[in-house]
Amino acid sequence: MIDYTVVDLSRLQFAATAMYHFLFVPLTLGLSFMMAIMESVYVMTGRDIWRRMTLFWGVCFGINFAMGVATGIVMEFQFGTNWAYYSHYVGDVFGAPLAIEGLMAFFLEATFIGLFFFGWDRLSKVGHLVVTWLVALGANFSALWILIANGWMQNPVGSTFNPQTMRMEIVDFMAVIFNPVAQAKFVHTVSAGYVTGAMFIISVSAYFMLRGRHLELAKRSMAVAASFGLAASLSVVVLGDESGYVTTEHQKMKLAAMEAMWDTEPAPAGFTLFALPDQQTRQNTYAMHIPYALGLISTRSISKEVPGILPLVEHAKTRVQNGTKAYAALQAVRANPNDAEAQKTFEANWHDLGYSLLLKRYRDDVQNATPEEIEKAAFDTVPHVPPLFWSFRIMVALGFYFILFFAVAFWLATKHKLGDSRLLLKIALFSLPLPWVAIEAGWLVAEYGRQPWIIEGVLPTFYAASGLTLTDLAISLGVFLTIYTVLFIIEMILMVKVIRKGPADELLVQDGLGGGAYVPAGATARPER
Amino acid sequence: MEFIPLSYETLRMVWWLLLGILLIGFALMDGYDLGVGALLPFVARTDPERRILINLVGPTWEGNQVWLVLGGGAIFAAWPPLYAVSFSGFYLAMLVILVALILRPVGFKFRGKIADPRWRSAWDGALFVGGAVPALIFGVAVGNVLRGVPFNLDDTLRPSYAGTFFGLLTPFALLCGLVSLSMVVAHGAAVIAARTEGVTAVRARAYGKWAAILTASFFALGGLWVAFGLDGYSVTSVQDAAGPSNPLAKTVTTATGAWLAGYAARPWTIIAPLLGFAGCAIAWIGLTARAWKTSLMGTSAAIVGVISTAGLSLFPFLLPSSLNPNASLTVWDASSSHLTLWTMLIATCVFLPMILAYTAWVYRVMSGPVTADSIGRNPNAY
Ligand code: HDD
Ligand code: HEM
Ligand code: HEM
Repeated sequence: MIDYTVVDLSRLQFAATAMYHFLFVPLTLGLSFMMAIMESVYVMTGRDIWRRMTLFWGVCFGINFAMGVATGIVMEFQFGTNWAYYSHYVGDVFGAPLAIEGLMAFFLEATFIGLFFFGWDRLSKVGHLVVTWLVALGANFSALWILIANGWMQNPVGSTFNPQTMRMEIVDFMAVIFNPVAQAKFVHTVSAGYVTGAMFIISVSAYFMLRGRHLELAKRSMAVAASFGLAASLSVVVLGDESGYVTTEHQKMKLAAMEAMWDTEPAPAGFTLFALPDQQTRQNTYAMHIPYALGLISTRSISKEVPGILPLVEHAKTRVQNGTKAYAALQAVRANPNDAEAQKTFEANWHDLGYSLLLKRYRDDVQNATPEEIEKAAFDTVPHVPPLFWSFRIMVALGFYFILFFAVAFWLATKHKLGDSRLLLKIALFSLPLPWVAIEAGWLVAEYGRQPWIIEGVLPTFYAASGLTLTDLAISLGVFLTIYTVLFIIEMILMVKVIRKGPADELLVQDGLGGGAYVPAGATARPER
Repeated sequence: MEFIPLSYETLRMVWWLLLGILLIGFALMDGYDLGVGALLPFVARTDPERRILINLVGPTWEGNQVWLVLGGGAIFAAWPPLYAVSFSGFYLAMLVILVALILRPVGFKFRGKIADPRWRSAWDGALFVGGAVPALIFGVAVGNVLRGVPFNLDDTLRPSYAGTFFGLLTPFALLCGLVSLSMVVAHGAAVIAARTEGVTAVRARAYGKWAAILTASFFALGGLWVAFGLDGYSVTSVQDAAGPSNPLAKTVTTATGAWLAGYAARPWTIIAPLLGFAGCAIAWIGLTARAWKTSLMGTSAAIVGVISTAGLSLFPFLLPSSLNPNASLTVWDASSSHLTLWTMLIATCVFLPMILAYTAWVYRVMSGPVTADSIGRNPNAY
């Protein structure tokens, strides 16, 4: 009944479009905040250079924002188009944060973004500043709500299964909002966005300095970005530790896979710095450990154990077995809602219902599964280890690199020596792509590490896809990949063009760039309305 | 379970109304952006003229589009089965809409960045597609909803479909597509006529008058078709309006003209189609008399009337199934849970007034005619 090629292509399409959307999102989060800071300085000091900085980074922001919107619309509808059973099964819970995101965040962000660009001569200084802050606020709210939604997929709290409607339903909305996983994800992800924004500004400013152009703008921008970036990179690492901590509590399998930890280690577990994990033999070769580190990071104690993959599989096996009881009881309840006996069995075992759905890969009547099938299903709960192991290490290494980098930049900035070291400027320029590498690696850990679940412990990914045809998927995947590639190339060309041109001395934005006209530097005057 | 002051039945009704309000909000707000996009190559023929139209919608279209995004989110939250079945059932049609919608943000932003005429006219084409195609396909989708969609639900409520993309393009559905396209074109023309001067306003009035006439004619034709040529659906079993959302628990029959049964049962609903026709007429008068407030009121009334007519005719259906009519989705069996509907209603009551207030403020700040001169003053203009 389920076409696994369609499932795999749907996953590929979702992964590709999500990761693509998230190329633009972090820059929106970071830049909007830093523009708001720069404009605040302008309003407080009245010095025009800060207004021009805001305007210049605003042009970059606008190009990026357009791509963020274009790719976000696809995300909004993809749950329905490609994950129809998912939408039915958890829409009651998952749809709510998504809709609130629209109400609270997208409207704010998208309504005021127009005024940000078009309102300079129609608003007072303070009025425009408020608009800029509202745009930044909107972007951050949107991250909050989408991560509440995503956090629920990692840790589905506050909800229960309703046999009559065959879906998960909300019972405690506050639990969904204050889900610890969601909170940890939110702070970690927005901080990652701030790091990205800071790195973007530092790199582009370094480019200007290396060329000896726009020094006034570059120097000031760099100083802002260095301090903002230092704070952000510190918080991304501290809050990454928080993410690791909540992962230990709620997604033990993911943590074990990130660490390629096949067996439970005696507490406190060591952190494996390097290894070649092998999924087939379930062993690592060439492992290098730092004693105690993992235990400290993930349990915040030296006495708690971090369970390994194989023991977790054993545990999953009992859950699959219980799940088959829940499934049989569910059939009985749906046939006869007054069957009190079946209802009791279901109540007792429903938490494992999702595990029985893993068996759907092997047979439809999962209540009759053989022990071999149960064993296979239990092993299906192990995600693919090597990519997780490596992505996680790449992210962490970059995290420490960012701290170091921004600390040095900040130190030089306080001594007013930022422009003196060409080496630092070059390093800054070449570090530009690194935040994106860390971020995409982070999402890979979070999402790929959740497999085989689309909702951890509740709904397997393969069971959630729409019943589309292979042709449908081939067409849509081809179309998205083509159009996204073309747009990406165009956006890069435009970005480079805008940066090359720079805030073109006094001609801040001229025809062929902003499409607009000559603006002399002092033109802060507010023409009559 | 906490205490919920409104009954399940009431909340379902409220969310049916809110669904209508969101779709109408989208058609009123983003509808004129789509209309302006569809009119772009015709009303504006030179680059300065096109920049006037683009900068007319430039400052506000992004906020307007969120009505669509919110519509999607609200269907997901309040009507999950509808979200699941309709978007996956219309898979390739959705793909076409999404591609067209992707072209808009980048089109607005990228077009002005390079002065080369070929570059600009390529993006003009993209903006035309981004306006006309969604407007057409949304109407085609409504047409298909009225005909019934070939889907089925198995006993785990998993949807499956028997339709194809080209199967959507039936004459009746295309007619509905034309209603929606001409309706938003009229609306867009009314806005252009109101906010620009000179040649663009003159051309917009001419196109707008035609679009108003066409809207009324297509709409009338559609009405006749629904009355005499189309099978409507009706529920034959007793539905518990407060029961669990299980679409398989009822029976449904089809009969020609059944969509009009609601108007006999609730004669006051005839207001909706009348409003549609009256709106077209008022729009025509306003455009002729150069009374821009009148014409905008006319096109808005037409939009409210036409969309309400479709919604009221379908009631209580949301998405009828032609493959297995019993599996059709209705207001009483395709909603989310009582608690979710209630929570989302609170969120809506808190945020919707705020949205309306700041949107109105932004429109006030950006009010006034859009001219070559006003564009020239703004370095950020598109
Ligand atoms: C952590 C932040 C974050 C994450 C995980 C996502 N987004 Fe996003 N999204 C944003 C943060 C954001 C943003 C920063 O608010 C954007 C990016 C650029 C922009 O214009 O707003 C945005 C834009 C954006 C838009 C366009 C809004 C508009 O029209 O103004 C939509 C519809 C979505 N997103 C939907 C989604 C969905 C359905 C996601 C999950 C599957 C998703 N986003 C992941
Ligand atoms: C924009 C940032 C995000 C990125 C880069 C990202 C990345 C990914 C990746 C790489 C996968 C594929 C995993 C796999 O199939 O092996 C995936 C799957 C998925 N993610 Fe995310 N994700 C993001 C945000 C979200 C959010 C916020 C949600 C929910 C609100 C979400 C929901 C899903 C769903 C439904 C899948 C299903 C497909 C699957 O599991 O294969 N993602 N994502
Ligand atoms: C020492 C440094 C870091 C640690 C310990 C860390 C830890 C983590 C952990 C454990 C996760 C997975 C959360 C889950 O299981 O769902 C994660 C995800 C993620 N990380 Fe990191 N991280 C660090 C640095 C960074 C850096 C530098 C960035 C980007 C600039 C980054 C961006 C992300 C993103 C975007 C995600 C996915 C969203 C999420 O799950 O929060 N991380 N991180």
